[in-house]
Amino acid sequence: MLAQLPRALIAAVFAFVILAPIFGLKLVRQGMHSALQPHWNIVLWGCAAVFVVQLLHPWLARLFARVRLPSVPALDEEHHLWAWAAVVLLAVVWPFFGGRSAVDIATLALIYVMLGLGLNIVVGFAGLLDLGFVGFYAVGAYTYGLLYYWAGWSFWECLPLAGAMAALFGFLLGFPVLRLRGDYLAIVTLGFGEIIRLLLTNLTDWTGGPDGISGIPSPTLFGLEMTRRASSPEGQTFHEFFDMPFNPDHMVIYLYLLALALALVTLLVSNRLLRMPIGRAWEALREDEIACRSLGLNPTRIKLSAFTLGAMFAGFGGAFFAARQGLVNPESFTFIESALILSVVVLGGMGSQVGVILAAVALTVLPEVVREFAEYRMLAFGFVMVLMMVWRPQGLLPMKRPQVDL
Amino acid sequence: MTEPSTALVPVPTPLLEVRALLMRFGGLLAVDGVAFDVRANEVFSIIGPNGAGKTTVFNCIGGFYKPSGGQILLAGENITGLPSHRVARKGLVRTFQGVRLFKNLTVLENLLVAQHMQVKNGLLSGLLITRAYRRAEQAAIEHAKQWLDFMGLREYANREAGNLAYGHQRRLEIARCMITRPRLLMLDEPAAGLNPQEKRDLALMIDRIRREYNIAVLLIEHDMRLVMDISDRILVMEHGRPITVDRPEAVQSDERVIKAYLGEE
Repeated sequence: MLAQLPRALIAAVFAFVILAPIFGLKLVRQGMHSALQPHWNIVLWGCAAVFVVQLLHPWLARLFARVRLPSVPALDEEHHLWAWAAVVLLAVVWPFFGGRSAVDIATLALIYVMLGLGLNIVVGFAGLLDLGFVGFYAVGAYTYGLLYYWAGWSFWECLPLAGAMAALFGFLLGFPVLRLRGDYLAIVTLGFGEIIRLLLTNLTDWTGGPDGISGIPSPTLFGLEMTRRASSPEGQTFHEFFDMPFNPDHMVIYLYLLALALALVTLLVSNRLLRMPIGRAWEALREDEIACRSLGLNPTRIKLSAFTLGAMFAGFGGAFFAARQGLVNPESFTFIESALILSVVVLGGMGSQVGVILAAVALTVLPEVVREFAEYRMLAFGFVMVLMMVWRPQGLLPMKRPQVDL
Repeated sequence: MTEPSTALVPVPTPLLEVRALLMRFGGLLAVDGVAFDVRANEVFSIIGPNGAGKTTVFNCIGGFYKPSGGQILLAGENITGLPSHRVARKGLVRTFQGVRLFKNLTVLENLLVAQHMQVKNGLLSGLLITRAYRRAEQAAIEHAKQWLDFMGLREYANREAGNLAYGHQRRLEIARCMITRPRLLMLDEPAAGLNPQEKRDLALMIDRIRREYNIAVLLIEHDMRLVMDISDRILVMEHGRPITVDRPEAVQSDERVIKAYLGEE
């Protein structure tokens, strides 16, 4: 332990240097002037913590080496199906007994499941680092928002179109940039996400600028509106049709079920893609592009298919998001959002669909549960990311590719 | 009297024709004026000391490099400068120096990926698992089985390619090329790292492939015994320039070739 002493001291000093300006000094307004108010306590505690941890480092490392994170329980094909059926059934039935706010949060979680699974196709399956995924999400959301605002289209008319528009954007962006390798692609996609956001902010005449578009109607159920009163005289509402008293919870549950359905479709499609020739080609391309080319596989086209499909699911997610919020503005589509979706994929385990779903749920539900610590959300988030990268870089549930057996 | 005139016999277009190939990397002329042709169903080898530019010639033919000059014709069609995946689709596939398998895919899947371009199936038919899709997938698996049997790799079909023994990896790489139904197979040092028995097997296998599938083989190899055994003609290169193109017996006794390998006394 003595051997660790100098190391621990140095670490504590560095901690002081970093902590002192951030936590130790607070800028306070005193009338006309600002003054620095020292808070040395918190800094000293921080340094002490760093010192102790560094001192006990070898011992802690040994302790953590023994901690085993759970691995996926091995289920055979049939049990697998039953397990999924049980989970889906539970997910369908649960909201009728759950609280309204819980269902609302679950809906949000499902949007992230959808986005996570969509990005998983791009990052996890095809190995393309996309930092501007939120751009496609925005395209989907604004497709619905704008078509409603300018042409009065309904959600169901816009949903396929939102997916198609986002896919088109993915295709148009992907075509020139997918020749680029790893890091360059990441930067271009990052720029794309920002360009979309800036366009939406600045094309004020069309998109309403920073205020966005509001009053976007929620989805209807086979033409039945889920509102207190129908929007037009000939329209009919859900509670009138079924002769029930109006209950705003119906809308919340309906949205939840819709999100569930969309997330399930995303899951099924991406699961199927993985087993198809295109899924194998993505894996092959991720491993060795030169070998792929030597066998006649066109790398640009194969990457483009992943990029376009991923974008399409972001578009569906965006249209749903617009319908749920009732308003869209550029604020919802910042880079942080892209980073969040990417961390869902990385935390879950790139390519692992179950992992991505778990991570999406965890990253949306946990911050809501521990609301008191909302200020530290990003801190905790970063902390978890660092821990994950150190102990389990392959993600919560590492990907297991389905194999074709002979 | 005189020899029968050859003028009346139509000269068949060679399968591959390389004309005055030139490849410059900055100031370095890696390939300088290489010209040869590979005839149908022929085993043609390129030999030469290390750094002679053999692999560069391969990379130019396969579309991995854009030649600085010269022409490459496949069955009379100009393929100079085409991107590598288009060259491959014209029936010209290759292996690499040092194996390049998809290590995380199984042996069978390596062979399925290689058929990607032949299995014409839209995304939608795959998502909906239509009958045509299933039939195409089954046909691809059957075709793969054929090649697994040919190479004696059937028992390893479900193994990850990266876990195979080295000799098996080499064979899988050739099978992966052959499953694309090529016209010309280019092998870059296929015998490197193989033991004598495996080398003999390789020679037999190349000969069998050439006869049964009626393709031409373009070979780069350092193992002289193997080259002399199976080649119909040999191109000898040194410092990027061709020294001679001839039959194995003639090459072996060519003074310039001996000089290139042993140096001048």
